[in-house]
Formats: sequence, structure tokens, C-alpha cells
Amino acid sequence: MTMNESIVKGLATAGLVLAGAAAFAAGQYGPGATDTEIKIGNTMPYSGPASAYGVIGKSEAAYFTMVNEQGGVNGRKINFITRDDGYSPPKAVELVRQMVEQDQVLLIFNPLGTPSNSAIQGYLNDNKVPQLFVATGADKWNDPKHFPWTMGWQPSYRIEARIYARYILNNLPNAKIAALYQNDDFGKDYLVGLREGLGDKADKMIVATQSYETTDPTVDSQVVALQGSGADVLLTAATPKFAAQAIRKVYDIGWKPTHFMTNVSSSVGSVMKPAGFEKCIGIISAAYGKDPTDPQWQNTPEYKDWLAWMNKYNSSANVADANAVYGYGVAETLIHVLKASGDNLTRDNVMKQAAGIHDLKLPMALPGIVVSTSADDFAPFKQMQLEKFDGTTWQLFGDILSGS
Amino acid sequence: MTQGSAAIAGKVSAAAVGLPRLPAWRWIVAAFLIAFAAVLPFGLSNYHVFELTLVMIYAIAVLGLNILTGYNGQISLGHGAFFAAGAYTAAILMHRYGVPYWATVPPAALICFVLGVLFGLPALRFEGPYLALVTVAMALATPQLLKYFDTWTGGLQGLNLVKVEPPSGLSIGHDVWLYLFVLAVLVIAMRVAANILHGRTGRAFVAIRDHPIAAAAMGINTARYKTLAFGTSTLFTGVAGALFAIIVGYVSPESFSLFISLSFLVGSAVGGIATIGGAIVGGCFIQFVPNLANDVSDAAPWAIYGLVMLIFMYAMPRGVVGSLGPWVARLLPRLARLRVSSAGSDEERKGRTS
Repeated sequence: MTMNESIVKGLATAGLVLAGAAAFAAGQYGPGATDTEIKIGNTMPYSGPASAYGVIGKSEAAYFTMVNEQGGVNGRKINFITRDDGYSPPKAVELVRQMVEQDQVLLIFNPLGTPSNSAIQGYLNDNKVPQLFVATGADKWNDPKHFPWTMGWQPSYRIEARIYARYILNNLPNAKIAALYQNDDFGKDYLVGLREGLGDKADKMIVATQSYETTDPTVDSQVVALQGSGADVLLTAATPKFAAQAIRKVYDIGWKPTHFMTNVSSSVGSVMKPAGFEKCIGIISAAYGKDPTDPQWQNTPEYKDWLAWMNKYNSSANVADANAVYGYGVAETLIHVLKASGDNLTRDNVMKQAAGIHDLKLPMALPGIVVSTSADDFAPFKQMQLEKFDGTTWQLFGDILSGS
Repeated sequence: MTQGSAAIAGKVSAAAVGLPRLPAWRWIVAAFLIAFAAVLPFGLSNYHVFELTLVMIYAIAVLGLNILTGYNGQISLGHGAFFAAGAYTAAILMHRYGVPYWATVPPAALICFVLGVLFGLPALRFEGPYLALVTVAMALATPQLLKYFDTWTGGLQGLNLVKVEPPSGLSIGHDVWLYLFVLAVLVIAMRVAANILHGRTGRAFVAIRDHPIAAAAMGINTARYKTLAFGTSTLFTGVAGALFAIIVGYVSPESFSLFISLSFLVGSAVGGIATIGGAIVGGCFIQFVPNLANDVSDAAPWAIYGLVMLIFMYAMPRGVVGSLGPWVARLLPRLARLRVSSAGSDEERKGRTS
């Protein structure tokens, strides 16, 4: 065969393949989607003060690698473009514009941080680009009337605090509540949610609040002051290091309040173990996902699947890191939406499918907790279940509660 | 100040002193560059226009730092604080009082001038590295102060600003309009800076930097001029901050970390610390090098960034414009003379000897 012949044959084959592909997939496409590829954009703080969350972006990339190896979404490979915004909102604006205008992504997925998401929300809604499943615990992402292109994912801090408040009203109606919170939006959101949940009883029931700065060495003095208020219920809205300190101090000074602990600091590995298991007995928290360090899940098939994926695709992440569970779950939610979009991969349809999730069960979510959305409900996770620490593991109790 | 840098400073200041009588070729070059910059956005995608707008904003901020650090010898690692002050002035005026975006720039300039003068007074007591440390403290405190005054600043949530629309009747896009707006401010800023620095005030700044005692002996009120240098510098940086808020459409404490202050100093040093044109090179560096570094290596972008910075500083220790500028200044008139043998040859010779 001469060279020319082979080229002609090659071209002919290529032509046939292309024609065939077009005939099969004849889809409707918005920017970033073709017969063979779906382009997704994402920003993450891989550097800077919040770089611990970078694990989420890496886990998502690892999840999409697995999906692609298994044949992609309806035959299309995910092209995941993730860039480092260093937790800087202006940088996030720049990167998102680059991904939307230069890279032509179909949608922006799970950008991390309340400030960064606030900064890009206007731009994405003006340009009708989906801002799907944002990674923040703030309460403002469920606002489809004003921001029909923005959707949250995890239960907000306020939803969680309202759940505690309802439990207190039902089971401890005469409680005197003290709150220890981090002096920023994360901590303050718990106070807001607690007040919302308690309603007009809030002023009477909340007897003391103390805040700390992330630069404080310990929260000992705050805990002592709260004990002095005579409270018998303590709500702690603190990040893991301070949560462990608070647990230890409460125990050491002989205070025995009913202690509610934010879900942010409910990790067995990074909070309960350093605080000392015996000091944590009786602490109540709320959860929507499975704690990878909690032994009760480690024999379930879902955990084993997750672990196998961790070992094969995400080996640089720590198996005790809840962020790897988060990335796995949120990536799976996106894949569900893209599958549901079928061959109609326009931004309109993707948003419509994202707003039409019906009782989706994620393997690493707690049994019974489902993801669901509708045209006027852009909060995929609204449910949590209360859990009590028994000295080695969290014991779920009571019904699945909704905090919306 | 060391002998070497004093010698360099001497050369630069001599060049600066010679500038008010601009030779004709400089005007032509400047007019050509401005015209080029004004038509440039029409050939680019919106994203690139946005990027170049950011470059110009950083250039204005770096220009402010050049006045203080390059011409007056006071090192500031805290200009991010004034950048933030300008940004929040614009944001609060737009967000709370509905002031149109263009009208927020003069108040931002005024407020930052006053803040700069106020900060400049205690700064008189600090020299060199001590002043640098004081300004670092300011940069570190900024995000927390912004969170503390949350009734005004919106706290961690920040403030979202309304989208700027080009004047009705002009059929150009939002990004192109903002580019032209910022370009106009940049041109004015550079002209004003040149007027200040190449005149009496600028000579006083340079004299204080090179030899404060000699400057005082010649009758320069060093305290007054140092404070004035601080205020002028922060005025420019504040204007840049206001533009930044308008372009990005959002301000929050996380936007103004210590890193932005460091970026300004890096941009200033890379571009040429005692130059005006160097600010533009500095702006390009601040905008593009981190992105380039990220493209080269996902794993260690800041190592690449550091390497690029080192290469620049080794190859051109006086910055790009500081090192190449004199060459160009010699070359251009020669080229001009080859084409036109005009009556300007007198001035050219002067330009060469300076």
C-alpha cells in the first residue's frame, strides 16, 4: 500500500467514524459540551489559609478520573478544569471568567468558600452559567428567585443549629443554654440558627455566649465563664482544634452540660480522639454523611467501595479526612445531574435537571438521608440525624430531622 | 543607604531632573502608546480586556508605591491596606449610598491621601526595615479590621456591587468601557506623577532619599516632604483600590490579605522602583506571572514564581524599566535622527548626556 492510499483510507475511516458519532449522539449542546466531552470548571484554595480544603478538589478530580475510566457520562468524558484561587475572591472572579470565556466550560462546579462564591455569583447569574453545588455552609445559596443559576449542596450551619434548637425545645424545655462560638460567620451562623429555632424563647433560654478568635491559644477562659453562667446546655460552634480543647476543659472543670457539638468538629479521628474518648461520652451532634474514622461504617460495602476508590484514585489524601468523603459525594451528585441531562447538555437543561433531583441516595450519606431539589428549593441536603457519642463511636438516634 | 544604590539613585534623579522639557520624540511615543492602548481592547476577547484592566489597576497601585519607596526611600509592605481603603470607600459609597461608580474615585483618593498623611506622621520616626515592619503590621491588621466594622463593610460576606453599564448610546461592551475608563485614569495618574516627580517636589523627595541630612541642610523640610510622599503614594494606591472594587464588583476582607501588599513591592522592584513606566511592567508581573507559574506547575506554582522573580532581579537588578530605560532613551532619538534631521538635535544631545 502506498502512502497516499493509506492516507485516503485513513481519512475515509475518520469520516465514517465522525458521521457515525454524529448520527448516534446528535445531542443539543451548550458551551463546553460535545459528543465526546463535558468541560467542567472549578476553583479551590490549593494554596493560602484554607488550603486544607484543597483535598476536596483533588478528590473530585479523582472521582471524575474513575468515571472516565468506566466510560464517562453517556459516552462523554469529563474534562475537569480546577484552578487555585488561594481563597482570594478577586482571584476567583478572574479564574471563573477565564474558565467561562476562554475555556468555555459548561458549568462551574463546587467552587469553595463563602467569599469566593459571593464574588462570582453575580457574574455567573448575569451570564446564565450554572454555579452548581457551592462548597460553603452559608445559608444564602438557596434563593432561586434572585439567583436561579446558583445552588448549594451541604446543609447550612443555620439548618443544623435549628435542628439542635428543636431538639432542645422538645426534650429540654427548661434548658439554660450557653454557646461557645468562633468569632466569624461560621460561628455566628450557629447563633442565628439557634435563635431562629428557639423562636420567642431565645432570649429567655440563652443565658450566656462567649466567642474566641482563631488566633487565641485556648478557649479555657471562655469555657469557665460559660460554666459560671449556670447553664446546663452547651452549644459549641468551633473548628476541630478548639472543639477538642473545649471538650477537655468542660470535663476537667467537672461541668456536665448537655453538650451539642457542630458537625464541623464531629470527626472521631481529629476531635474525639485528641480530646480523649472518655471525655466525649454523651456529646450530641448532627450528621448527614458518614465519618470515615467512625468504626461503625468500616464494614459496610459503601465504605469499602469508597476505600477502594481512595486507594486506587485518591491515594495522596488521608483516609481519615472527611474532605475526601465530601468530594466523593458532591462529584457523584454532579454525575447524577449530567446523566439525567442525557444528550441535552445545555446550561438551561443542566440547571433544570439539578433542580429536579428526587430522593437521590448517596452511598456515603447516612442511611435514610437523601438529596432532593425542586424549582423553588435549591438546598439539596436539608436533613440531618442526631447522634450521640458513646465513647468509641457515634450512635445515631431519633428521626431524620429537617432544619428548613 | 549603600554607596552603590546611592550612585544608582544619583543617575536616576539626574534623568528625572532633565525631564520637564520633554523632547518631541517622547511626546510622539507617548501619544502613539496611548492611541495603541485605546484601540487594543477592540481586538481582544472580553476576558483579555478584563485581564489588561487589572494590569492597569495594579500599575496605578505600583506607581503609588514607586513614589514612596523608589523616589522617597521609604519602604512600605503595607500598601494593600490603602488599596483596601480605596476599594471599601468606593464599595460603601456605591452599595449604601447609590453613588455612581465614576464619582467614587475622587473620594477614595481624598480619603486615602488623608489616611496616608496620618500614617506618614508616625512613620517619620521609623527608618528602613523598621518602617517596613510597621507597615507589615498594618497589612496584617487590615482583613481583621474590615471584619470588625461589619455594619459598614459587610463583614466576611463582603459587599456585592452593581454591575457597571457603559453609557447608553455607546455601543461597546461592559468590559471595553471599563478598560477605557481605567486607561484614562492611568494616563492621568502617570501624567500627575511625572509632574510631581520631575518638579521641585520630586527633587525634594529624591534628595531626602539620597541624603536626608544634606537635604535638610539645603532647606528642605524633610518631615513635611516625607509625609507628603506618603500621602501622595497612598492617594494613587487608593485610586487603584477604588477601580479594583468597581472592576471586580465585589469586596471582602479576604480580598486584601498581606499577599497583595507583597505583590505591589514585587511589582515595583521588577518594573523599576524609581521609574514611572516601570509600574506598567510591575502590573503585568502581578497579573500574569502567578498564572504562568500555575500553568508550568500545578504542584509548586509559588516556587516557579519565586524563580522568575530571582531571574528578573539577577538579570535586571534595577528593574526592567530601570535597566532597559536608559538604553531605549539613547536608542530612540538616534533612530529618530536617522529618519528626520530636525531642529530637535540640541535637545537630543542633552537627553543623551543626562
